[in-house]
Amino acid sequence: MQIYLPIAEMSVNVFLILGLGGGVGFMSGLFGVGGGFLMTPLLIFLGIPPTVAVGTEANQIVASSVSGVLAHWRRGNVDIKMGLILTAGGFVGSTLGVYLFRILRNLGQIDLVISLCYIVFLGIIGALMLVESLQALRSSRKHAAGGTTAPRRKLHQHSWLHGLPFKMRFRRSKLYISALLPALIGLFVGILAAIMGVGGGFVMVPAMIYLLGMPTAVVVGTSLFQIIFVTANATFLQSTMNHTVDVVLALLLLAGGVIGAQIGARFGVKLKGEQLRSLLALMVLGVCAKLLFDMVMVPNELFAIGAGGKH
Amino acid sequence: MRRRFALALLLVLLAVLPAAAPSRAAEPLVADLSKHLVAITTGFAGTDVLLFGAIEETGGVNAGDVVVVVRGPNRAEVLRRKARTGGIWINSGIAKVDSAPSFYRVASTRPLDQVAPKSVLDRHQIGLDHLKLDIRVKDADADLAEYRKALFRLNQKRGLYGTETLRIGMLSQRLFRTDVHFPANVPVGTYMVEVYLLVDGQVVSAQTTPLVVSKIGVGADLYDFAHQQAAAYGIIAILLAAAAGWLAAVAFKKA
Repeated sequence: MQIYLPIAEMSVNVFLILGLGGGVGFMSGLFGVGGGFLMTPLLIFLGIPPTVAVGTEANQIVASSVSGVLAHWRRGNVDIKMGLILTAGGFVGSTLGVYLFRILRNLGQIDLVISLCYIVFLGIIGALMLVESLQALRSSRKHAAGGTTAPRRKLHQHSWLHGLPFKMRFRRSKLYISALLPALIGLFVGILAAIMGVGGGFVMVPAMIYLLGMPTAVVVGTSLFQIIFVTANATFLQSTMNHTVDVVLALLLLAGGVIGAQIGARFGVKLKGEQLRSLLALMVLGVCAKLLFDMVMVPNELFAIGAGGKH
Repeated sequence: MRRRFALALLLVLLAVLPAAAPSRAAEPLVADLSKHLVAITTGFAGTDVLLFGAIEETGGVNAGDVVVVVRGPNRAEVLRRKARTGGIWINSGIAKVDSAPSFYRVASTRPLDQVAPKSVLDRHQIGLDHLKLDIRVKDADADLAEYRKALFRLNQKRGLYGTETLRIGMLSQRLFRTDVHFPANVPVGTYMVEVYLLVDGQVVSAQTTPLVVSKIGVGADLYDFAHQQAAAYGIIAILLAAAAGWLAAVAFKKA
């Protein structure tokens, strides 16, 4: 069954899009990630214009992060104060990102920048995650007892970062740090989120753990909380500045996505954390390798066409 | 006397008028479309429009050839060429086309080169090779011809330009018909369907019929809303997504 997407101005198979939403939703439920980094490249691969894919994906992530944050909220795993400061930075960042997106699109280099961002970030994070999870797997095999095998880490290290002004107390995160730090992280991830069409959780979560030193329990909930607002801002800007948010596509994707996420979450319970993380790492590296391959290999079509400047 | 004269003049006029008015039967070419509106609805997946018509017998040796050109509304296009820089392929050349037809298809009773000489095809811009395009190239390593070819190739890949001249079927040397296919990604706007009758390589008659491609229904309303009330559209998109996410969380909470 075909359905015409009013903003993308093309017709797609309903079941293909539902299946895509379901598949990526399954992954995100299984691994606890947003899935934007998989969905956006897949949409572009299906022939959805990259600008529409990025704008629409931002809209869909609003839904999946609202759905995800509620569970963490009930358990009290959202540091609202930290979340709001990250959001403030994220607002500025995503606004800059959407402008940057427009400039790069006019220069004709947006595809290159999107691909480079993906390769760099997926490459780094995938590699780190793979190394870490393999080490954890090896050590858990040694101590057959299992349980908490990860080496005990200090709550956080003190460095020059703690000398910055505007210090604030974050009760939930058990931190007393400068508000500039989360604001800057929010800004940076906001730019990435707007350009790459992702929530940015895969950069935000490690940054919160390793740079801010937040306890892992509140990291995911707070990250999701902040993603809601940043992607909402990106959705708003993309629809007012670029007219690239397709609600029909977004609704189809999230219909498949929520169901897939629930099934994925159920499967995820059966697998061990280290196994999950190593699988996720492999998948992230796979996407990265594919993008790198496309960039280096001789393309079968050297020319590309895009509608000229909108009157 | 005056009245008589006026009456006579009226009678003369009445007698002359029908003869002076173009008689429909004498027209050498009549053509029409099976529909004049291609409606892009929610379920739109491309459509065919039948073009049919008749030509008058010209009395010559040849019955004449019919050529049909379907042109979409002109639009500006930007073409980019990738080149390898530092191991990766990046866009390095650009060409701008001010107005290229967004849709272009030709149908003919015989191959174009047998129907008319190049000068005639050029004058009426019949066939991709005869399109007048203003392509401005900014690229050190590729010339205009390459960009022109790329424009055609990419539009053919998108199904917007015909890959070959379609056949027009003739019935008893007078009636003709051809199907024009409009793919799902057809651009909206007013199309021109030009029908030419050529005898001995010269255009003896031509007719142009407009065809409107337009979004209709919910999709059209959404598109208009998204462009005219962009802020409201954005807010609604966000609220819809938030509500859907909340609904999903509540629905699956128990399970």
